[in-house]
Amino acid sequence: MLNLALRRIGGILLTLLVIISVSFAIIRLAPGGPFDQEQALSAPVRANLERAYGLDRPLRVQYVRYLGALAHGDFGPSLRQPDFSVSELIAQGLPLSATLGLAAILVAALSGICAGLAAALWRSRGADLSLAALTALCIALPSFVVGPLLALVFGVKLHWLPVAGWQDHSARYLVLPVVTLALPVAAYLARLTRASLLEVLGAPFVRSARARGLGAARVLWRHALPPALLPVVSYLGPAVAFTITGSLVVESVFGLPGTGRYLVQGAIDRDYPLVMGMVIVYGALTLLFNLCADLVCGWLDPRTRHE
Amino acid sequence: MSEEVRIVPRGGWGEAKWRLLGNRLTALALLLILLIALLALIGPLVSPWGYDTLDWQHLAGPPSLSARHWFGTDRLGRDLFVRTLDGVRLSLAISLLASIMSLFIGVTFGAIAGLAGGRLDGWMMRCVDVLYSLPYLFIVIILTTLFSRGSLAALLVALAAVGWLTTARIVRALTLALRRREFIEAARATGLSGPAILLRHVVPNLLGPVAVYATLIVPQMILFETFLSFLGLGVQEPHASLGSLIYGGAQEMESAPWMLLVPALFLVVLLLCLNLIGDGLRDAFDPRER
Repeated sequence: MLNLALRRIGGILLTLLVIISVSFAIIRLAPGGPFDQEQALSAPVRANLERAYGLDRPLRVQYVRYLGALAHGDFGPSLRQPDFSVSELIAQGLPLSATLGLAAILVAALSGICAGLAAALWRSRGADLSLAALTALCIALPSFVVGPLLALVFGVKLHWLPVAGWQDHSARYLVLPVVTLALPVAAYLARLTRASLLEVLGAPFVRSARARGLGAARVLWRHALPPALLPVVSYLGPAVAFTITGSLVVESVFGLPGTGRYLVQGAIDRDYPLVMGMVIVYGALTLLFNLCADLVCGWLDPRTRHE
Repeated sequence: MSEEVRIVPRGGWGEAKWRLLGNRLTALALLLILLIALLALIGPLVSPWGYDTLDWQHLAGPPSLSARHWFGTDRLGRDLFVRTLDGVRLSLAISLLASIMSLFIGVTFGAIAGLAGGRLDGWMMRCVDVLYSLPYLFIVIILTTLFSRGSLAALLVALAAVGWLTTARIVRALTLALRRREFIEAARATGLSGPAILLRHVVPNLLGPVAVYATLIVPQMILFETFLSFLGLGVQEPHASLGSLIYGGAQEMESAPWMLLVPALFLVVLLLCLNLIGDGLRDAFDPRER
């Protein structure tokens, strides 16, 4: 188990290096630069700026320097917001983005798994059909459609919740964003849980547990549920990645001051260190949560431990 | 059973076609898609407005028949009927092209890896694995910066760059299964070269399953395209994509809700129908369902 975890962490570091190199290469090859503005800077000013940020060096040197600074946890300065370092910008936005993402995952996991279990345990044609239709709808609809529509209904028409913004750190502002973010994940989890539990309930070992005279509740909790939840847990890793990318949209829809806007704006502005910082932070988070899901799966499923 | 029984080969396109149309939901979805495509093609020709003509008499006007703005106008007085249908056309065209590109790359890559086997296969699939674990949307966002803003080439490359990965995996798995079949062995025995086997014997046998997968990749591409356009990285003004229209509508929904509802409705119907067709095709081809 420890061996496996170490090997996986090594793989993650390697993948992270690939991510860093690929995005470094792409963003530097992109035409335009951070100092392109409506009014062109005079050549000496631009040259001075580029020298100050080390952008006049050959790309190889810049790459090595960047990696060196990164090893010390330094993401560098933001080129377009000169008073802030990239770390400061990310530290400003990340608490809100993380709250949003974690709340969405929690809501999705709770509601999705419960709905899936209920659908598997109390089967009826009507319930099956409505669950299938509802989940298909939730999965097919992108969050940038669901978000504005929810805001239109619950914010503009019904006045139950604020339409957008983030004032006084009030949780009321987070309800619609969390629901928007959670819906597709919850729908997918509900489908997964239902299918997986139905499969396990039909398996021979559950039948034999019943045959030994164990009560229905005990069969369900001790025998059927742990294996049934395996695919659900392994989906949670990718689900976190999905939520992270989804939060880009949701923050833009609901005007939340999270980190999402940095990536898009940074890419448009060619703010190299900011884009790199965002890609690294979010890439590392994605990889980390995938690892966590794998480790939990290994703990739940004895078969994967010895591989 | 009498001797008269006609022997109809099961499987393949012949039966699948009927199974597909026999599924009422799928047939309905197919019909709707055709209708929307037709509307997107002829709608803008029927309307008196162009996608960028400004109508100063009707700024942010609600849908009305008398003004001949059937879906209303936006804040600049541009006709939403034309802009939405233009957006549908653009979204459909981009995602179809991107799907074809990613299928082409995916099939080539996967078939070569599967047929070659051994170390080459290992390395090629390792590459796919690494690319898979990247936060793809971030890479796409960065890829779109490679070209000048709003260039459709950038959008296509970015979309195809993420689309081919799953195709490559599926195709490789299928090719691995094909590789051990007798007819491939026979082709080898006759001295056919690797590329010739690939083109004449492997790829034709992959087309069925890949066609099914292709119908699932199209809605995915539409989703990516509208997502990027929503973020302002895809189709640029004055052109419209469903994504950028929804973004514009979301900004104005308090005073002009039709600006959000019209493009949202089109996107939702488009995505649902394409997904239904994909599911229907899969069911039609999947022998386990029989």
